[in-house]
Amino acid sequence: MRLGFATLLSVTLALAACQREERDTRPQSSLGSGGQPTPVTALEPGGQRPSPRDNKAASFEANAFHLSEGKRLFGWFNCSGCHANGGGGMGPALMDQKWIYGSSMESIHATIRDGRPNGMPSFRNMIPDDQIWELAAFVRSLSGNAPSSAAPQRNDGMMPHPSENRMPDAATLGKSP
Amino acid sequence: MKRLASMAFAAASVLSLQGCAGWQSALDPKGPAASELAWLIWFFTGLCAVVWVLVMIALAAPVLMRPPRRTEPLVLDAGADHRKLRVVAIAVGLTAAILVGLTLLSFFANRTLAAIGSDAALTIRVTGHQWWWEVRYEDATPSRILTTANEIHIPAGEPVRLLLTSTDVIHSFWVPSLAGKLDLIPGHINVLDIKADKPGTYRGQCAEFCGAQHANMGTFIIAEPRAKFDAWWNDQLQPAAPPTGDEAKAGADLFLKRPCVMCHKIGGTPAGGTVAPDLTHVASRRTLAAGSLTMSRGNLAAWIADPQGIKPGSHMPVVELNGDELNAIVAYLEGLK
Ligand code: HEC
Ligand code: HEC
Ligand SMILES: [Cu+2]
Repeated sequence: MRLGFATLLSVTLALAACQREERDTRPQSSLGSGGQPTPVTALEPGGQRPSPRDNKAASFEANAFHLSEGKRLFGWFNCSGCHANGGGGMGPALMDQKWIYGSSMESIHATIRDGRPNGMPSFRNMIPDDQIWELAAFVRSLSGNAPSSAAPQRNDGMMPHPSENRMPDAATLGKSP
Repeated sequence: MKRLASMAFAAASVLSLQGCAGWQSALDPKGPAASELAWLIWFFTGLCAVVWVLVMIALAAPVLMRPPRRTEPLVLDAGADHRKLRVVAIAVGLTAAILVGLTLLSFFANRTLAAIGSDAALTIRVTGHQWWWEVRYEDATPSRILTTANEIHIPAGEPVRLLLTSTDVIHSFWVPSLAGKLDLIPGHINVLDIKADKPGTYRGQCAEFCGAQHANMGTFIIAEPRAKFDAWWNDQLQPAAPPTGDEAKAGADLFLKRPCVMCHKIGGTPAGGTVAPDLTHVASRRTLAAGSLTMSRGNLAAWIADPQGIKPGSHMPVVELNGDELNAIVAYLEGLK
């Protein structure tokens, strides 16, 4: 009886190991096309309204797979050429609490997709929409704005900062790490 | 019945040995390194089989043969004990001798392997990527340095030196018909010398688990006569063929205006990405995506339309294109011979 129960338990546990993490490697059309405009300001006549939340923002921002893909693409698409590894160069630092254009997923997505006037190029049509969201999620993790259980935990090259899952949250600390 | 069973067994063994021939088999060597290794494999297996049979006989004998019943169990028989001790000593001595012998054999085989490429005139750098191979032909003249992917052409009958490294995780380069396997390690260069005795196509495979698409990380070594190899090298050095026809021209244009340009290089055009396979002469290769698909117009379209369906997890994202755009890009790439 005891033995039977133990066997059943271990078989159940072993079967649980067959479950594999689902990775969204294809665009999820149910989440929208990514073409929707992001308002530049939340101010509207008649008071401040909450800015609309993009479905993709929510599904990408705390996902370990998307965060690590974003980290790889940040190097592949040479964001580092202007932003170093987050430390800043010709472009602003991305690992501090200062945001010129806002820290939300939506604003960072808009920054990458449409560019910004003082030198940030527009990557519209040059980076598929899902990959822009992955980059946006990764950019947020540079300043500690991603759950440490999901943020990338390893740097392959020399970096000006610890791996993203050990980044202190720049916003709550009030200073750059 | 018994006859039938043994005949079936014999037929099955012959058939399964048949499976050892072909373009990817360590037991069907096509070069000196692989021959040396195949010989070692057979010798080790044969000798160990003989030892195993002898050990089994020595174990079974005392079980099956009852010793004569002793009348007086406490009487010692010094002579018999001495004989047994001698048998044990001889067995231990033989074991040691065999082990030392096999060690020496593999040592000398290793020396032969190391000497194969000592006078190699051609050096190729093979860099592992998740999940494809970057292949760079080194040359003292910079304009003759050639970068391609997944397919390694070599002159037959000549030793070639491969410098193996990786940009992401550890991979392993294994073309069983030509050589043993050797790891590709990030930040480190391993040297593997290979030689193909005769012209032919030999398949290789990544032999170190490297992530989701490890199984679809194949490569081909194509050994050709020297003259043909030189001609191939010169062809590959040419910039990409300019598009002919309206559709291909539109495709060339789209390639530069779409994400493709961020990752891929096409020589002679502004596309200069280095993180993905060089497409300058993509249509001259036999396969797509590291041996996953054979090269054809249909397969090119299938790959570009849905790389994540063919190689889930691959580092080429799905790029949304409408039917016309896809056809145009395929028409362009198909012309890159
Ligand atoms: C040619 C140089 C250049 C490249 C390449 C570049 N950036 Fe920028 N980036 C800039 C500049 C300059 C700014 C500041 C723009 C401004 O102030 O209007 C900026 C701003 C940003 C911002 C907004 C920061 C804030 O404080 O609001 C983000 C986020 C960003 N870049 C991310 C990226 C990512 C991701 C990539 C790679 C896909 C990238 N950048 C590539 C130059 C560059
Ligand atoms: C984010 C980078 C990236 C983008 C963008 C990209 N590719 Fe790729 N591509 C890759 C990688 C990585 C591979 C190798 C995949 C593998 O074999 O696992 C590849 C493989 C290929 C191959 C097969 C090459 C070979 O020799 O096996 C073709 C053809 C190709 N891509 C065409 C395109 C086209 C056309 C586009 C634009 C619609 C495109 N790629 C966009 C990264 C990219
Ligand atoms: Cu592998």
